[in-house]
Amino acid sequence: MSSHRVTLDINGEPHSLDVTATQTLLDALRWQLDLTGTKKCCAEGECGACTVLLDGLAVNSCLVLATELHGASVTTIEGIGTPSSLSRLQDAFLAEGAVQCGFCIPGMVMAAHALLADQPHPDAATIRDRLSGNLCRCAGYPRILRAVQLASSQADE
Amino acid sequence: MNSEIVGASVRRVGGQERVTGRYRFVGDLRLEGMLHVKLVGLDCAHARVDAVQADAARSLPGVHAVVTENDLPRPMPRFGPVHHDRPILTTGYTTYHGEPVAAVVAETEELAAHAAQLVRVDYTELPSVTTVAAALDPTSPLVQDPDRRSGALAFTNVLSESRFGWGDEPGAAELVVDEAYVFPMVTHFAIEPHTFLAAPDHDGVQVWSAVQHPFALQQVLAELLGLPLAKVRVHAPDPGGAFGGKQHAKFEPLLALIAQRLSRPVRLELSLEETFQAVRRTMFEIRLRSGFFRDGRFAFQDAECNALLGAYADIGPRVVSKSTYLMCGPYRVPSARIHVRALLSHTPPATAFRGFGTPQVVWALESQLDEAARRLGIDRLEIRLRNLAGPGEEFMRGGKPADGDWGISLRRAAEEVRWSEPLPSGRGRGVAVGIKASATTGASYAIVRLHVDGSATVLSGTSDMGQGARTVLAQIAGQELGVDVLRVRVVMGDTALVPFDLQTSASRSTVFMGSAVRAACQDIHRQLVEMAAATFQLSADQVSVTGGLVQLPSRKLSFAELLAEAFAGVGGEVIGIGSRRGEHVGTHPLGGPPAFYEFSATACEVAVDDETGELTILKHISVADVGRAINPAQVESQDEGAAIMGLGHTLMEHLLFDKRGAVRNLGALDYRIPTTKDLPLALQSLLTENGDGPGPYGAKGAGEGGLFAVAPAVASAVAEATGAVVRDLPLTPERIWRALQDTKDPSDA
Ligand code: FES
Ligand code: FES
Repeated sequence: MSSHRVTLDINGEPHSLDVTATQTLLDALRWQLDLTGTKKCCAEGECGACTVLLDGLAVNSCLVLATELHGASVTTIEGIGTPSSLSRLQDAFLAEGAVQCGFCIPGMVMAAHALLADQPHPDAATIRDRLSGNLCRCAGYPRILRAVQLASSQADE
Repeated sequence: MNSEIVGASVRRVGGQERVTGRYRFVGDLRLEGMLHVKLVGLDCAHARVDAVQADAARSLPGVHAVVTENDLPRPMPRFGPVHHDRPILTTGYTTYHGEPVAAVVAETEELAAHAAQLVRVDYTELPSVTTVAAALDPTSPLVQDPDRRSGALAFTNVLSESRFGWGDEPGAAELVVDEAYVFPMVTHFAIEPHTFLAAPDHDGVQVWSAVQHPFALQQVLAELLGLPLAKVRVHAPDPGGAFGGKQHAKFEPLLALIAQRLSRPVRLELSLEETFQAVRRTMFEIRLRSGFFRDGRFAFQDAECNALLGAYADIGPRVVSKSTYLMCGPYRVPSARIHVRALLSHTPPATAFRGFGTPQVVWALESQLDEAARRLGIDRLEIRLRNLAGPGEEFMRGGKPADGDWGISLRRAAEEVRWSEPLPSGRGRGVAVGIKASATTGASYAIVRLHVDGSATVLSGTSDMGQGARTVLAQIAGQELGVDVLRVRVVMGDTALVPFDLQTSASRSTVFMGSAVRAACQDIHRQLVEMAAATFQLSADQVSVTGGLVQLPSRKLSFAELLAEAFAGVGGEVIGIGSRRGEHVGTHPLGGPPAFYEFSATACEVAVDDETGELTILKHISVADVGRAINPAQVESQDEGAAIMGLGHTLMEHLLFDKRGAVRNLGALDYRIPTTKDLPLALQSLLTENGDGPGPYGAKGAGEGGLFAVAPAVASAVAEATGAVVRDLPLTPERIWRALQDTKDPSDA
């Protein structure tokens, strides 16, 4: 399988990757860069576990081909906060008890992060709508929605 | 005692790693030099495998092996928690859609997948059994080879059959309701698909699997590989959701054998589609014939329960026997006859799934009570209150008496939806309860290490799959040792490090492992008393431990202060050991009485659009009798999650099969689960805390209950709103609409 070299920005750092024609951004992140915070579940754009920011927009990285990313800027969950320095949104997830098994959570955080960057004060219906592509089988949804609301209200302060 | 740790909603232990993507789930682990495995299956359920042609795949550079039954021991070793019926790799036939016939091992995942497509399997498709009716039909093909079964049922698809009951022959009843209820197959759909790794380890093997029962897996591997337990090391990273689907061994034995054979670490990640094919919920058809007196009390119950298992037993027979044990629910039923069959079929193995058969049984029982209430003209809440066992009452003949005041939870649920207030047309309310016999036998051991600075490490074999066991165990240790939760480490998921725990299931961990951790802390207390007495030349009765402090006649010391004094110049730590066992009782139908009952009440209010059958849940109340909540927010979030998951099987989920026995709706596109758009407009979980559980501080288990009674409560509300009674799940708009058409008087049209 022939490979192509792409140069892109990941979490603010330039990277050059050799990727195959069919390789997804998700697999490149997980296997070439060991950025395993981005999760794989359905691999067909239906669950949101693999959500990352591509040039600021939330996308399902399982649907994005790595070869198309020359010059792009990607932000993954690893670029949002660290365990000892959480983002306001990540802290809100814990404050609201929104995390159960946590497998969907990186994708949820990324989707919510993109929403708040786009609309700092979304109403409840907008939050529900914008997170509807992210599945949580533990179904912590009510608390996840509250966490986004909490983070958005704190954005005032 | 420093009472604010137990009962406080402290933040989830492990939360920071999860919100930052730093927690390494099993699929995130990378082993040096590992190879990748891809399984090869067929697109039908039942087939005779005539030949596996793998030369093309084998000749690809980077492909290390294509493993078929010919590469594995003969006779093929088999395993399973109830029957040893599941082969490491199938021999000669496939018996369910996706059952692998070969495993390709290659340098990369991509290459393994590509090579798997080059493996040609010649096969002859055979008729398959995918329904209860077909499984009971004596002319159907047999799912399992009769030579591997024993007894009178070997030549049928009935895996097990039992009859039990109590009381006299039923006398005169005012009303007899006789209906059949169907609860279809649904799939766990944990967002984390199954991933397994195995590696040779000197004279043993190491396996990584997000398994709920690491010690059960260790046992299976030791038996199959002929290794001592000590040489089989199972690493069980916290599962990314499990819900019962990650209890028992699946492809770990195959991977361990491949790793041994190739002397390389190997990894297998199932796709979501393959995960669907690995295990699913037990499907039930229950015909209930219940007699009622005029006042709504049960006169008798006759139940005919047919549970459709898959091609291998897995834990299915236990799901069936344990759930139907409470076929009469929490009610007083003077006379009962219960006939139960567990059936084999050409479908993916049926296993445990949150509730362990209880939602299936509750669907039938609670729906039937509603039908009786309607026909007798009795309020649906009232008929339940009239039949519900009171505290201490032996409701199940010869069984454990009621261990809670369940009427409290039922009334609370009803009050929260304003049960007795009038509703506009097109709206309805429902209320239902469910009860599960919890964990019975089994041992849990814990080790707690109190370090010299007063911090502590808890070693526990429980799996934290999202229910929050790490947090609860840290809180118990923190409470007992007077140390902040942030200064407690909970080590789990490695059979080489942590002591034995039978399993993580049946909402048992808080009660069993929680008690073991508490006992280990009390063991530490005893040692501290001796240590203080020796250090300060006192007699033991002059020293006591309370509230995380050592009380001497003259002063109080923190544990750290005592240890600094006692260990000066030498160092050391205090190691406490604790256990909790549920003993086997041969005469009990479940092998032992349940440690507690998990009781839950659900009430809801719905609106139905009678043009489309579309349903809106306006309000959903879930009340859980938890004895005592160690971490209330965590218990509530479990209960809410269970309620929403229950809405999945109530409203939208079911696996569909085609004529060839293939699953038609594999994957997230075709199989829908609840999203943020499917939530009730208001959802609330309430806890009943009477401190009447057998666990630490009066706790009972929790986390499954919110699921038990969702379907009958919603169906009951739909019936009130529209008059339409649906007895088959899920309650899709189409089904509701059809039922609505049936209720409409044709002369109105
Ligand atoms: S893994 Fe990408 S959307 Fe599911
Ligand atoms: S927290 Fe488990 S899937 Fe969302």
